[in-house]
Amino acid sequence: MTFSAELEARLADMVKRYPPGHLRGALVPMLLYIQDEVGAITEDVVQEVATRLQLTPLQVEEVVGYYSMLRRQPAGRHHVQVCTNISCLLRGGEKVWDHARRQLNLQHKETSPDGQFSLEEVECIGACSWAPAVQVGYDYYHEMSPEKFDELVEKLKNQ
Amino acid sequence: MPELVKLTIDGKEIEVPAGTLVINAARQVGIEIPAFCYYEGLALQAACRMCLVEVEKAPKLLTACTLPVAKDMIVRTETPQVAAARKGMLEFLLANHPLDCPVCDKGGECELQDMTFRYGAGESRFSEEKQHIEEQQWSPVVFFDRPRCILCFRCVRICNEGMGVAALGVINRGARSEIAPNKGDHLECDECGMCIDICPVGALTSGIYRYKTRPWEMEYAGTICTHCADGCKTTLSVRNGRVIRGNNRDHSGINGEFLCVKGRYAFDFLEHPERLHQPLVRRGVELQHASWKEAVALVAAKFNEVRERGGAFGVIGSARTTNEENFYLQKFARSWLNTNNIDHRRSGDVVALLDALAGLPGSLATTADVYHAGAVLIVGADLAQQHPLLSFQVRANVRHHGARVYVVHPHPQREDKVAAQVVRARGLAGIGQIREKLAGEQSLVVLFGEHIQGADVRRLVEMLPATARYVALVDYANSRGALDMGLLPDLLPGYQPAPAPGLSLQEMVGASLDVLWVVGANPLQGRARASGFLVVQELFLTETARQADVVFPAAAAYEKTGSFTNVCGEVQRLKKGPAVAGPKTDLEIMGLLARQMGHELAPPLPEAVFEEIRRSVAGYNIPYATFVTGAASATQYPNGPIARQGSSELIRSARDTLFTSGTLGRYCSVLNSVRERDLVRVEE
Repeated sequence: MTFSAELEARLADMVKRYPPGHLRGALVPMLLYIQDEVGAITEDVVQEVATRLQLTPLQVEEVVGYYSMLRRQPAGRHHVQVCTNISCLLRGGEKVWDHARRQLNLQHKETSPDGQFSLEEVECIGACSWAPAVQVGYDYYHEMSPEKFDELVEKLKNQ
Repeated sequence: MPELVKLTIDGKEIEVPAGTLVINAARQVGIEIPAFCYYEGLALQAACRMCLVEVEKAPKLLTACTLPVAKDMIVRTETPQVAAARKGMLEFLLANHPLDCPVCDKGGECELQDMTFRYGAGESRFSEEKQHIEEQQWSPVVFFDRPRCILCFRCVRICNEGMGVAALGVINRGARSEIAPNKGDHLECDECGMCIDICPVGALTSGIYRYKTRPWEMEYAGTICTHCADGCKTTLSVRNGRVIRGNNRDHSGINGEFLCVKGRYAFDFLEHPERLHQPLVRRGVELQHASWKEAVALVAAKFNEVRERGGAFGVIGSARTTNEENFYLQKFARSWLNTNNIDHRRSGDVVALLDALAGLPGSLATTADVYHAGAVLIVGADLAQQHPLLSFQVRANVRHHGARVYVVHPHPQREDKVAAQVVRARGLAGIGQIREKLAGEQSLVVLFGEHIQGADVRRLVEMLPATARYVALVDYANSRGALDMGLLPDLLPGYQPAPAPGLSLQEMVGASLDVLWVVGANPLQGRARASGFLVVQELFLTETARQADVVFPAAAAYEKTGSFTNVCGEVQRLKKGPAVAGPKTDLEIMGLLARQMGHELAPPLPEAVFEEIRRSVAGYNIPYATFVTGAASATQYPNGPIARQGSSELIRSARDTLFTSGTLGRYCSVLNSVRERDLVRVEE
């Protein structure tokens, strides 16, 4: 399979960064960028990446199964990730998580039928200073509360 | 020599080379640090945490399997803290491990069982219900029982690193981690079973052996594999006269831990329903059962009659019978039947190589050399398919010593993956392209197949550095021995010229000889016999045996004592596994014929014939003690020109794959059952 010209250029550049015999090092970044474009790590993606990095499909599967940020099914248009690690937990992250589940009517790693939202409870996203934190796609939202979460959802719906 | 480092382990002072791991340093002073995931020669894992030791000034316990020694390090392996850690790890490993040891194949030789006995607790605090997952069949020979797996990843590493196949992996994470095969629910691989042997528990089990017996109920015979020419030691596990397992658990022999699908599983031809158990004699048009006495008398009378009138004999020997049998056969033919019409199917030009090496002593590589050499050149052979041990040695050499590998073959090979340079060309033309690079290799081992033969062999030797060592690749377990023992029309044992050259194999099958005597070969596959009287010694009714006047049922190599010479010219001893009723060894059959003919040949005892070989065949004067203790002894070659006479014989490999093995392979249901059989082939 082929990807957009922009992604192909990025992948071509990425492969050059690893010394001979260590092409495998490009596996995780390659999967992440491809996931951003394709939406998920499909069987075709596994085959394609294996071929490009001279690995067996099983060697790619090992990595896909290990990292929770690599998905086999596409996430929603807005992938809402709620942190419940220690800092966020202490500052009400659990409440935000409970609220999010009710509000979006979704459980952990579920996607809404219309494909607009998906929800995930995540481990530390490195935003402890502004806990509790929520991440949507690659954007951060700080010092969340149930009320602020509702505002965020409304804003996202209208985007 | 690396610098020596002094350290103390359990109060014992020891000096070891820098870089040695603590687990190995401890072994040197007789201290065993338990470990599951650590396996010598494979990448370090530190997954099982069994080898935790206390190191003075270190804040916590450290894994001895990944810890290199350091100057003045003080290690303690038997403190209360270490004991508690081991006990804890074992309790953890046993939390979901089914305690089905009474029916588990591994029971009695299980590392988890042994370690629990030594270091574990007698009771478990884990009272939850264990998660059961049904066992899975991944191939005809590999079964996986997931709850038994302790995730040491030995199988994954041996398959990736050792075999270069990468058919096993670890999927998912943490408590959900599991070993997975490359094709989702099944394996597509070499079916070598290395993963089964290396598994410290009963998670991977053998389809051939599972649920058949207990390890202490078997008898063991360490013998040499009867299939390819590499000469791996395989330990046959025999119960009630039946072989039910082959492996190399004690890592003895030139192959260490290695065995391929054939050495491990391909013994079931012994019990094939079509195996011959009684002599057959042609009565009218049909081959009918006869007694040994009748069959021997018939053949002896015919041989005597033809001999006395000076008739023509032809003798075709085997690449799978022992050195003793081959020596005896050529002696029988030459000294009693008065003929040099003797040959066998030749698969590699060893004779041309030994001739070209005249004046270059010590230029044959041993199996160990393939592992230690600085560089390996592979020409015209699919090593992974045809010489799995040598292929394993090459990969180990690359991993451990960084050897440079050069592959010259028109088609892709597994060795390409570890090669410093690949040349997609045939024979000398291909070598010419990398000649300058090879000229700089001072420790070069050359493995060449049928692409290089005749005059090309000498050209090859002249092209390469004088320090290079060689292996002329041949097909079967004793292909090399058959040559050394003089199963050749123009050469006597030890490559001495025969007074008058006889007919070659090709000539014999087409000639109208009075008698053609075929021992363990199938030269009439696809052609009709031309000789007057045909005697065949064979395990099965092959295309040749079917045309015979008399067929003697022969014992297989696994049912014999004697010796084989492998592809590298190393002599190893065969130990008899199961006893067999009905068939006799080829040596016994020849002895019976000689006695019936009234001829006093040497006694047909393997030991007596071997003594004669040691005394009379150049290069075979090997130390007897080495031989009887089951070690390999490298033979010497004449180191002088070899006088060839007559036309040169066709040299052609049968191009067996990992899953075929000439006549024997056709009668191995295990080899025939693996799906890869139809997928792989050896390209010309």
